[in-house]
Amino acid sequence: MRKVVQSHATEFALLAVIAIISLFLSIITDRFFSLGNAFDLLNTSSVNIIFAVGLLVVLIAGGIDISFAVAASVVQYVTAILLGWMGGGSWLSGLLIAGGLGILLGAVNAFLIHKFRIISIVATIATFNIYFGLLMFFTRGVSIYNLPDWLTSRVILFEHEMADGSWIEITLPVLVMMICVVATWAFITRTTTGRQLYAFGDNPEGARRFGINIGAMQFIAFGWLGLMAGIGGLIQAHYAQEVVPNALYGRELDVLAAVVLGGARLGGGKGSVLGCVLGVLLISITQNGLNLAGVSPYAFKMIVGAIILVAITLSNTRIERLLPFMRQDGGRT
Amino acid sequence: MESSPEPLLSLRNINMTFGGVKALKNVSFDVLPGEVHCLAGENGSGKSTLIKIITGVYRPQPGAVIEYDGQAYSHMSPVTAQSSGIQVIWQDLALFPEMTVAENIAFQTVLGRWPRLVNYNSLRKTAARALARLGVKLDVDLPLKDYPIAQRQIVAIARALVGEAKLVFMDEPTASLTQSETDHLLEIVRTLSTSGVAVVFVSHRLAEVLEISTRLTVLRDGALVGVYPTSGMTQSRITELMTGKTFDQTIRARDVSGNPVVLEVEGLSRPGQFEDISFTVRRGETLGITGLLGAGRTELALSLFGMLKPRSGAIRLEGKPMHFSSNRDAVAAGVAYLSEDRLSLGLIQPQSIADNLVIASLDRIISRGLLSDSRKRDLVAQWIADLGVKIGKQDDAISTLSGGNQQRVAIAKWLATDPRLLILDAPTVGVDVGARAGIFDIVAKLADSGLAIILISDEVPEVYFHADRVLHMAKGRIANWFTPRDCQLQDIEAAVYA
Repeated sequence: MRKVVQSHATEFALLAVIAIISLFLSIITDRFFSLGNAFDLLNTSSVNIIFAVGLLVVLIAGGIDISFAVAASVVQYVTAILLGWMGGGSWLSGLLIAGGLGILLGAVNAFLIHKFRIISIVATIATFNIYFGLLMFFTRGVSIYNLPDWLTSRVILFEHEMADGSWIEITLPVLVMMICVVATWAFITRTTTGRQLYAFGDNPEGARRFGINIGAMQFIAFGWLGLMAGIGGLIQAHYAQEVVPNALYGRELDVLAAVVLGGARLGGGKGSVLGCVLGVLLISITQNGLNLAGVSPYAFKMIVGAIILVAITLSNTRIERLLPFMRQDGGRT
Repeated sequence: MESSPEPLLSLRNINMTFGGVKALKNVSFDVLPGEVHCLAGENGSGKSTLIKIITGVYRPQPGAVIEYDGQAYSHMSPVTAQSSGIQVIWQDLALFPEMTVAENIAFQTVLGRWPRLVNYNSLRKTAARALARLGVKLDVDLPLKDYPIAQRQIVAIARALVGEAKLVFMDEPTASLTQSETDHLLEIVRTLSTSGVAVVFVSHRLAEVLEISTRLTVLRDGALVGVYPTSGMTQSRITELMTGKTFDQTIRARDVSGNPVVLEVEGLSRPGQFEDISFTVRRGETLGITGLLGAGRTELALSLFGMLKPRSGAIRLEGKPMHFSSNRDAVAAGVAYLSEDRLSLGLIQPQSIADNLVIASLDRIISRGLLSDSRKRDLVAQWIADLGVKIGKQDDAISTLSGGNQQRVAIAKWLATDPRLLILDAPTVGVDVGARAGIFDIVAKLADSGLAIILISDEVPEVYFHADRVLHMAKGRIANWFTPRDCQLQDIEAAVYA
């Protein structure tokens, strides 16, 4: 047990913070602690979790990406237009187009980083501006409301009325999110390529000496994030029932904060899918609770910022220091 | 006479030129199956170039003959080298600290272009088998970063075994190990050798070279000096062969008990690191502090330099009690500390020689409120001349200098602060045998000029030959005092390694 806690210190710290906040919120509001609200939370967090697991892969490989959220906006827009030309399309063609476009935009980042040796933060700040600039220029900021019916109609996979009259629902975004989470988890922990990504992020020179193809690593990591960004973008359009060019602008920093909160390291080699999901959930639980408590939305950012600081501090502090009974004597450091 | 077995590896006519400089001149080199062979030479003698030719990183000039395991090659490639059982354990180990021990050891099983599922069970078994061959027990599921450097070294060796090694190169494997860890490593090298794996050992530490290897190849300035059996060799003989010079080892210790006291330490304690330490250092005195790694030497030095706070006890400089709240206070009071980790802590590698030299004494080169370039150049030129540092231009990056010259710049950096007490923590780590003598010449000159010096080293001969008195620390306490004039080197070594 001690071993499990030690090797997953971040995840446990996050769970503890989530538990404390949930307890607090369920005391000050009567609606927070209900199944209905829990499922609501899951539905609203789906897109961010999809983005987060994609970004996690890039962070593990030692990179960073600022451009994925506006890339997702580009994907939304182009997919909507292409579907219009095709005369409608379906979920299958929509996901294929969105995923493919996402991978393409991710590959542009990987190309710049690998070919011209631009560090990833600079390369993706540049593409962030280019993608967003192109999008605003060509759309003139005009939103698309005329989307195919299959895309805008809610897909409820499971619903159940509770005794108190509230509804619990599992919608399509949750299913897609779960597939993305499981796929990413399997990819980075269970495949050889995933382990090579960890190794590359942990010690690039060591990986190079093993003959790992460095360029392929960049394309795989940014391609995976691109795929997730594309899927996430389409799901967000489905959820919002419209395509607004600047709807996702600024989302990249929220997601980045959540992923780092979940234990991924800027610099590579470290991070888990579970931590990453918990990181996103912590932030959305806080926002949801504040909403229910009737706190002014203007105060949200401030409180979320404070929670990020507290959680990061907790997870960076060694668990033994917080829980003295976990300390073991002597031995390893 | 017994006929010698066919060599596993045999090199002839190896020449290598980098930008007009001959790095290797007509070198030959043989390794017998299962032997422990030591490759000795100063930095720049061509050792690493030779290793890189054998492992296929470099291609030798035409005419070279490489025979390995019964096959002739004109040059190696990294792929053939690895697949035919030549493994290198690099000095920086090339490990993955965030990944588990098992993954680190069996990492090559997850290589390959196309994704496959990772079989963690077979990964663990492969790792455990490799560790078992070395007679080592480690928890293969823990992340590597949980283990200290000595165990990481073992992990790197285990990794080489997974690659079916027949010939393992170890580049300075003991550089950061304590004595008992080194002993353990040498034991493992013997295990490897008896199981038929040939080991080529590259080390600056001559005592180990003599202990572990059966044959010795010495290179100097890119040329082969000779191949010698280790039995009958002495450390000073190897030094002579490596440098081409003879060094007389005489003890320097003098009696300076009449000089005024500079530093007085009384009952200094920092629980868990050192306890009840009391000593004095006088003007012109060199106090040697030795002991095993982890004896609390560096922590004591950091406390004297204001970077750690002692729990109790007193530090007096020229009679005045000192309470440093940071190392800035210590520098202002006249204490200088040369860090043991020159590469990452002592010098800022990408910056110029001049900038590194003046970094601790910027207030001395201010003119009318701004840093003066001409004052900087004068100060740097003076110290470069005083300490005999060999440099190209003042603006060259410090990383272009050899280890010995870098260390001189690091010393000059602190001398420029005009200290009364200079603490040298392991000043010869990563410095060539030849250049070490130069460093100690400087230390002696500084002591003669009246500086009080504390010389910390885990190599007992260094403190025996160069200090006036020797303090032996063990487990954070003063274990013994020695006066080199009245004792033998073996007395101190026996006490330290007991």
